[in-house]
Amino acid sequence: MKLTVNGKPANFEGDPDTPILWVLRDHLDVTSPKFGCGMALCGACTVHLDGAPIRSCSTPVSAAVGKKITTIEGLPAKVGKALQDAWVAEEVPQCGYCQTGQMMSAAALISKNPNPSEAEIVGAMDGNVCRCGTYHRIQKAVVRAGKAVAGAKA
Amino acid sequence: MSKQIKPVLRDQLESSARRGFMKSTSALGGALVVGFHLPASNAAAAKADAAQVANAFVKVDAKGGVTIMCHRSEMGQGVYTSMPMLVAEELGVPLSAVKVEMAPSAPVYINAMLGGQITGGSTSVRDAWTKLREAGASARTVLVAAAAETWKVPATECTAANSVVSHKSGKKLAYGALVAKASAMKMPEKVALKDPKDWTIIGKQKARIDTPAKVAGKAQYGIDVKKPGMLIAALAQAPVIGGKVVKVNDAKARAVKGVVNVVQIADGVAVLAKDFYTAKKGRDALEIEWDNGPAANLDSLEIEASLRTASVNPGAVMRKDGTGAADIDKAARKVEAEYELPFLAHATLEPVNCTAEIINGECHITGPIQFQQGAQYGVAAGIGMPPEKVFIHTTFLGGGYGRKLELDFQIQAAQIAKAVGKPVKMIWTREDDMTHDFYRPLSLHQMTAALDANGNVTTFYSKMTSPSVTARAFPPVVQNGKDPFMAEGSENLTYKIPNVQIENVIHDTGIRVGYWRSVSNALNAFAVESFVDEIATATKKDPVALRMEMLKGDARSQNVLKLATEKAGWGKAAAGRALGVAQMECYGTHSALVAEVSMVNGVPKVHKITAVIDCGIVVHPDQANAQIESGILLGFSSGMKNAITFKDGHPEQRNFDTYTMLRMSEVPAIDITFVQSSAAPGGLGEVGVPLVMPAIANAVATLTGKRVRKLPLLQNV
Repeated sequence: MKLTVNGKPANFEGDPDTPILWVLRDHLDVTSPKFGCGMALCGACTVHLDGAPIRSCSTPVSAAVGKKITTIEGLPAKVGKALQDAWVAEEVPQCGYCQTGQMMSAAALISKNPNPSEAEIVGAMDGNVCRCGTYHRIQKAVVRAGKAVAGAKA
Repeated sequence: MSKQIKPVLRDQLESSARRGFMKSTSALGGALVVGFHLPASNAAAAKADAAQVANAFVKVDAKGGVTIMCHRSEMGQGVYTSMPMLVAEELGVPLSAVKVEMAPSAPVYINAMLGGQITGGSTSVRDAWTKLREAGASARTVLVAAAAETWKVPATECTAANSVVSHKSGKKLAYGALVAKASAMKMPEKVALKDPKDWTIIGKQKARIDTPAKVAGKAQYGIDVKKPGMLIAALAQAPVIGGKVVKVNDAKARAVKGVVNVVQIADGVAVLAKDFYTAKKGRDALEIEWDNGPAANLDSLEIEASLRTASVNPGAVMRKDGTGAADIDKAARKVEAEYELPFLAHATLEPVNCTAEIINGECHITGPIQFQQGAQYGVAAGIGMPPEKVFIHTTFLGGGYGRKLELDFQIQAAQIAKAVGKPVKMIWTREDDMTHDFYRPLSLHQMTAALDANGNVTTFYSKMTSPSVTARAFPPVVQNGKDPFMAEGSENLTYKIPNVQIENVIHDTGIRVGYWRSVSNALNAFAVESFVDEIATATKKDPVALRMEMLKGDARSQNVLKLATEKAGWGKAAAGRALGVAQMECYGTHSALVAEVSMVNGVPKVHKITAVIDCGIVVHPDQANAQIESGILLGFSSGMKNAITFKDGHPEQRNFDTYTMLRMSEVPAIDITFVQSSAAPGGLGEVGVPLVMPAIANAVATLTGKRVRKLPLLQNV
């Protein structure tokens, strides 16, 4: 199977039912998406498929053929930097395990809507679990990153 | 408490030695020695590169580079930053210039408050407080001495800061330039520490050192480890913990394309492949006949009934003040109540996993580990290797909460690696993790207060019946039915009451139990702080006034209670809302918490949590705040919604669909304040957990007139 991961071509010859998560982690050495539940319940595995957030633990790699898989490493520079800067400025991560998934959900949100309301943030982020309870800081970081993206656009 | 905990590891290691797990007990002799000597592996490295100033916690190389060994596991609580802060403060280097390495398993890294190299018990900063500052000061002292010798001036005329030694004449030498000379000098054991007014790092806002890697997806967790030629393992374990394989037919598993091997170990059958999906697919194709063992028929109703039956047994007396409970039946009036808490899973977001590599007669274990010596000795025993040949490499932990103190997963990974002769990364699914946990014990609390004619509490009696984690994990520590960890949260009762009796009944329900963030503090605090409100209701007293009265003479406890209730607007709740309060001391820290709650269609909604914390000196203010917030939300999440129940010996909850996690939409507003103090630091990692549920239950009782005495609250309201 011909795949595109973070803008680069990649090949996978295994079982087409293999979830994207395990193709990325075990075959392509992209370990930023994390395994949390295997049932699309926690969001730790969130990546983008053609720019839309998906749960890679529950999406077969066959669904990614002809589409672009993006992880935190491959976000457009402006959005990626805005998110990382905001996450650092708000000191969001504790254990940090969920945060790349959180940031991928946030990336999808602020790419379309850089000035989201609180309800829009909650709506976009509610599928991502943080067991350390960093939710308040995530909310602030999303607002901050959105402002940076909007500012960069202007 | 620390006195009682300290022998834990020593006893455990001694019993391992007695069972022949260790070739010699020499390691034990040094096990409790705390000093700055280098562990063996570092000492060898130090010799090879003589030009460095090094002790067990810090090394300065000839280029002035500073590496600090982080000897506690980073599981979110911030030790990867707070430990280096303590060293860097005294060494006189900016935190931004420091490189951090995870320390190996070595006696020098033992936590003196716990007796092992353990991250737990909210002890990291408390244990390190003097030790790490002295380690930094010791290295700084020889650097200053080297400069003084170079300049032929008294060391007292020199100062050190920003990696430079300066003389009052204006001469300066960078640390790197002093290393060659300083490395030949003996580091002093006794050193002078900075005056707190001169601190530039402790108590200041500093960026977490691990954040950039974590937000870039580059931080390495156990599950991210990769070794050359490594296979990935999925392990089939008995559906009931303690069960054993009777018969296995692995033909269908081996037929799965990509399955490389199938091996049996003590705990089950492992299927190996190059990726986890294939390994799991192979595992799911195994046909195994299990003997589910003694717990095969357990279910929750029976377990709860057995706990109640056991509760009539006489309890071990953990604390007795005055005449204890002797005169309780002579009281003018009694208040009685029972509280119940369920089993809980740890549910760290990173499921259990571990990587093992056996190479050149050495076993290297890399993973999310909270108890390095336990892993070292446990693996040694598990694969029949001398402990000195087992090396522990600690990654970042995607959550710990006590689950990763356990040794099951390191031993399993090592046994699989041994069986296949290749490096192996074993990964558990979420279902594996939830169904093979060491669960937080369920508990039954029977409370009685005796009141005099004026409504004053004259006797306070608490009897907790629960499984004992310590009896399983460290059996020699439990003597005469006393598990010191079970009485946390009740034994340390802060209220001044003439007669107090705290009892524990240990009852093994057949379900495996483990330490869970804040251990028994959360269990007993729910009972004690709910009960204090019940006493207030019975005596028609204000819950805060009653607490203030019973805390007379305890300035720190009264202060946090006063501040928290003032900030939360005690007595001024908006229409339809109520405030509930709770307070306690645990881990050397005083805290008070107020919950603001309303009822929406019969369901409690928590609007705001206000907490005031007095932990003495706050080493890392922003992350101290983050820890309290994290603890509050873990206590809230679990206490509102979670329970593990058993049917036919196995947990009925297997994933986050039935054991639900707190989400952003459910999080209340949180306001946390720290009291300014110059007292030595108290613990913080677990302090946030215990008070949130009793405070909420107290508010709910005010709103509804109905007391919820059983958790999870949402299932029992």
